[in-house]
Amino acid sequence: MPAPPCTSCHAARAALRRPRSGQALCGACFCAAFEAEVLHTVLAGRLLPPNAVVAVGASGGKDSTVLAHVLRELSPRLGISLHLVAVDEGIGGYRDAALAAVKRQAARWELPLTIVAYADLFGGWTMDAVARSTAGSGRSRSCCTFCGVLRRRALEEGARRVGATHIVTGHNADDMAETVLMNFLRGDAGRLARGGGLGSPGEGGALPRCRPLQFASQKEVVLYAHFRRLDYFSEECVYAPEAFRGHARDLLKRLEAARPSAVLDLVHSAERLALVPAARPPRPGSCSRCGALASRDLCQACALLDGLNRGRPRLAIGKGRRGLGEEGPQGAPGDRAQPPASETIPAF
Amino acid sequence: MCQVGENYGEPATEESQPAPRPGLDKTPVLDCKEGLPVVVIRAGDAFCSRDCFKAFYTHKFRAMLGKNRLIFPGEKVLLAWSGGPSSSSMVWQVLEGLSQDSAKRLRFVPGVIFVDEGAACGQSPEDRAKTLAEVKLILQTVGFPWYLVALEEVFGLPPAVLRCSAQEPAGTAGAYKAAVDSFLQQQHTPGTEGAEDSPSLAQQQGQLCQPPPQGPMGLQSPTGPPAAAQTEALSRLFHSVKTLTAKEELLQTLRTHLILHVARAHGYSKVMTGESCTRLAIKLMTNLALGRGAFLAWDTGFSDERHGDVVVVRPMRDHTLKEVAFYNHLFAVPSVFTPAIDTKAPEKASIHRLMEAFLLRLQTQFPSTVSTVYRTSEKLAKAPRDSHDTAHSEPRCLLCLCTLDVDGADSATAFGAQTSSHLSQMQPHTALAEAGMHPVPCCPPEVGSAQGCCRGPCERGDPRVCVLEWLCYGCRVNMKDLPSLDSLPPYILAEAQLRRQRAWVLQEVQEYLIADSDGEAETA
Repeated sequence: MPAPPCTSCHAARAALRRPRSGQALCGACFCAAFEAEVLHTVLAGRLLPPNAVVAVGASGGKDSTVLAHVLRELSPRLGISLHLVAVDEGIGGYRDAALAAVKRQAARWELPLTIVAYADLFGGWTMDAVARSTAGSGRSRSCCTFCGVLRRRALEEGARRVGATHIVTGHNADDMAETVLMNFLRGDAGRLARGGGLGSPGEGGALPRCRPLQFASQKEVVLYAHFRRLDYFSEECVYAPEAFRGHARDLLKRLEAARPSAVLDLVHSAERLALVPAARPPRPGSCSRCGALASRDLCQACALLDGLNRGRPRLAIGKGRRGLGEEGPQGAPGDRAQPPASETIPAF
Repeated sequence: MCQVGENYGEPATEESQPAPRPGLDKTPVLDCKEGLPVVVIRAGDAFCSRDCFKAFYTHKFRAMLGKNRLIFPGEKVLLAWSGGPSSSSMVWQVLEGLSQDSAKRLRFVPGVIFVDEGAACGQSPEDRAKTLAEVKLILQTVGFPWYLVALEEVFGLPPAVLRCSAQEPAGTAGAYKAAVDSFLQQQHTPGTEGAEDSPSLAQQQGQLCQPPPQGPMGLQSPTGPPAAAQTEALSRLFHSVKTLTAKEELLQTLRTHLILHVARAHGYSKVMTGESCTRLAIKLMTNLALGRGAFLAWDTGFSDERHGDVVVVRPMRDHTLKEVAFYNHLFAVPSVFTPAIDTKAPEKASIHRLMEAFLLRLQTQFPSTVSTVYRTSEKLAKAPRDSHDTAHSEPRCLLCLCTLDVDGADSATAFGAQTSSHLSQMQPHTALAEAGMHPVPCCPPEVGSAQGCCRGPCERGDPRVCVLEWLCYGCRVNMKDLPSLDSLPPYILAEAQLRRQRAWVLQEVQEYLIADSDGEAETA
């Protein structure tokens, strides 16, 4: 059976059906529509003003690759300049290959690239070292919790080094939907209250962040990468299977199968959630150690590093009950274990 | 969640039947501290006797009502009874509450409504008759005034069902106190008819048990079976819905409208539904996935004031399904099994089923899943995030009667859901240009949001678009699964028509109106 004609240009044969609407489009029309939608998101949300120096968080994966490519296409219209910032978490056998992909992209698109490494920023801690340190404590190693927090910090640091005014990350609609599901399952009202906006405007001295792909479902991101023949790295991180996010991801896949628009519906829900004022987190202050945005006296990154350096990596995560009782004598009073600071989304 | 799992050293002790199991002897017994446990509700919470459990269960129910102080003494309350365990348990709680000694007696005046959904669920007429006979038997035992309504009667509803009546001021604590005092006084004065003592209740029941009179609202006599034509129209409507998800939502919507109508017609100002804590947690996650994030507090909170004059109350929301099941089992609370629309459907068939299976499965791994989700629901606020405070003037969704959450202007997913298909239908070049030039392609800025959206498409005269314009995000998504809106009950279409006309008139006279506030424009 021949493919139906593209419903947009009526000239070419359709090459795909959009997962969201079921519309049959040819590759060129789909890519144009995808780019138009990202442009609309950026413009409608006033995410990136003209003359912004934008640091693109590049992991080498599909989302950041597509984001970098789309923004590069749109940069003349938006009047922005791009800079790739990659973070080397120090995960053997995984990150090296991903970073190689980022380097190839940077070279092909002639974009400046900066790589910041956990090992340099955080006193020698790589994710492999963190994983070894957390391995003996409790059921789950919580690697993604560490990695997410530290990467956020690393990205911020990298963006500052290149003189960026804005940070963009490749979170897509699926990521947002998973996050809202996860926050409900954990009862994390603080994060829910922060809501599903398009990013943070940059309070307390942090750089403004945004997620231009927030309304593009993962399937469309993959389709775009496919039609633009983008070269990206698609392995799952070696530590990812241990994360709680897996439950939410699994559920989301089933929901999407039952109703293709479920991902977007969840994003819409997240955007429209309203929480009672008491559930909203207090105004963030700044970390007493590094000066970054923090909801307690230590920011989550410093608290995690503190726990790691003292050989008690789980102090700052979870309810911290196991460590709390024994920890008293060795810690300074100000360095008490932190409850899970509602600071970041713990996976990229 | 992992931490939650860790806090429980071992999986929750299995619930037990009255015969105690070996492992149970060690569990300390709550409350009376003596005797062997009979029921274990959660890990560590064992109840030694039926009486202890009953006291606990009843207290929860009454505490939920007492804490919220929403139901005034002497108020008429309609109990929505589906025949299932939770709502049966609720009816029984009310029944017992009314028969208790005077100090603790519940003081409202209940009635029961049962909606016969057989046609939507594809039940045969014989099965329906059998169910109805069972239902009637139980209703007669209960002895409250009751209303048996077939879902077919939605075809006779007036469009006014979809209009919110003027909002009554919410009763403050002071108002509640005053009402209680005056009620008590009335009760103590001999000779007044204020108190519903057992004889007067029985008498009233004698009158009200009769089928409600056939009034101008067009309700049929509930004793006779609904007209075959309506049954056919209803099953045609449900057959035309493409997904089970949308079917369930549609059924819920129509059922709510029907109950709302009956409550209004008979002067009930409160409707009680029997959703348990487990059910509400599932509903919360389901509605989240259906795009109803803005209305979660209404959909799952203790009280739901969206209809204005009739408030929906959920007094069973502290009871878990397990508690309900045990209570019903131990105290032989009768219930009726009716196949629901999703009975025997595979797990993947609908968002509802998926979410239910997922949560219950997670609950077996992490025993506090349901309560965590449920507690989160209590932190949700009813006001939309950027509240406009002009609740009465804002257009309401035609189906769920919530304030529309698709006002376009700054909402990014309004774009995601609707304009995206609009953008991708255009030529690529114009799409880019359009996206660049009009950040908000939907409404011209000078016109109020809903009217603005409505104008263009309605002038083109597409009735489908006209109905869709008056729906909230979630209901729009649902209606996408309904190929033809013509088979919807007439009152919905009529109301859409009316609103469209009003919007059109408003536009015609727009330039002569002195626009002080939205509210004024709406009333003009």
